[in-house]
Amino acid sequence: MTTRIVELRQGILKKNDELARELRERFTRAGVLVVNLVSSPGTGKTALLERTLRELQSRGQRAAALVGDLETDNDARRLAASGAPVRQINTHGICHLEAEMVGRHLDGWELGGLDYLFIENVGNLVCPSSYDLGEKIRVALLSVTEGEDKPLKYPTLFNSVDVAVITKTDLAQACVFDRSAALRNLNEIRPGIRIFETSAKTGAGMRDWLDYLCAQRSVALAQG
Amino acid sequence: MHELSIVQSIVDSVTESLARYPGACVVEVRLRVGALAAVAEDSLQFCYGIAIEGTALAGSRLAVRHLPVVMHCARCARDVTLEGVQSFRCPDCGELLGEMRQGRELEIESIGIEEAPAGIPAGIGDQP
Repeated sequence: MTTRIVELRQGILKKNDELARELRERFTRAGVLVVNLVSSPGTGKTALLERTLRELQSRGQRAAALVGDLETDNDARRLAASGAPVRQINTHGICHLEAEMVGRHLDGWELGGLDYLFIENVGNLVCPSSYDLGEKIRVALLSVTEGEDKPLKYPTLFNSVDVAVITKTDLAQACVFDRSAALRNLNEIRPGIRIFETSAKTGAGMRDWLDYLCAQRSVALAQG
Repeated sequence: MHELSIVQSIVDSVTESLARYPGACVVEVRLRVGALAAVAEDSLQFCYGIAIEGTALAGSRLAVRHLPVVMHCARCARDVTLEGVQSFRCPDCGELLGEMRQGRELEIESIGIEEAPAGIPAGIGDQP
């Protein structure tokens, strides 16, 4: 027996990447801006999204959401109260969303009738970084209650995002949150990252975040 | 812990490639894994041992080549290798760097296969 080396040079997540590319083309054709929200559990993805969906709708924008969790449809029910179309993706143990799950949950939705689609990933700061979902913008959330060094502890994820949203700023003082350290750490791991600071409870910082989304959609439409 | 899904993708890809080499068996799978690929080698190895059972990869070895992050520094006008993933600054001039050249790889580089000796029909069609 002789051993022969066969070069493959093939991405391990090739299937996911191909599906994600197809989804991205589909989203671009439909003119829908797709945003993938990632963070640890309890950072406030759903709270930010509840407010974002409501406020986009009051600006006359059409937004929908897919929300990923291992189990329960609690988040989908919370988000659906905004009046936006929402679907729950239950992964039953899988720690991240994959492009195939996103594609499957779009069945029957007229994407051309949407301006924004938010994908709330499974709460996890490791695994979602490897999986492209066809999004235009990947956003990491970091709450003031988690500590300023999260970006240093989870560099693989924070380095993969376009935007960071610091959430729960209404609690910053009580948590003795070191804002400048958080901003510095984000920039150290993802130089030039766009950062927003919000409180979904008080509404602080929401206008900048929403203005950013609207501007990104205009840019995407102009490019598409 | 998404290493099991990753290993499952490896097994599927290698099994697919192996169809071009009838009768061959896999002795080694070589990966290239960037420092930002978000996978742990220990978990990969552990999951690999489980996932290959009963497949054409059974008994094979997983070899992982780790790749450091390489960024482009515009100020130094060259690519620089980072020592870790705790800071994305140029090790020479201190500039914050945004242009990545290497670090997210998660690839099967090659497979080592053992083929039946010449003269045995199983070797037919072993050209890619």
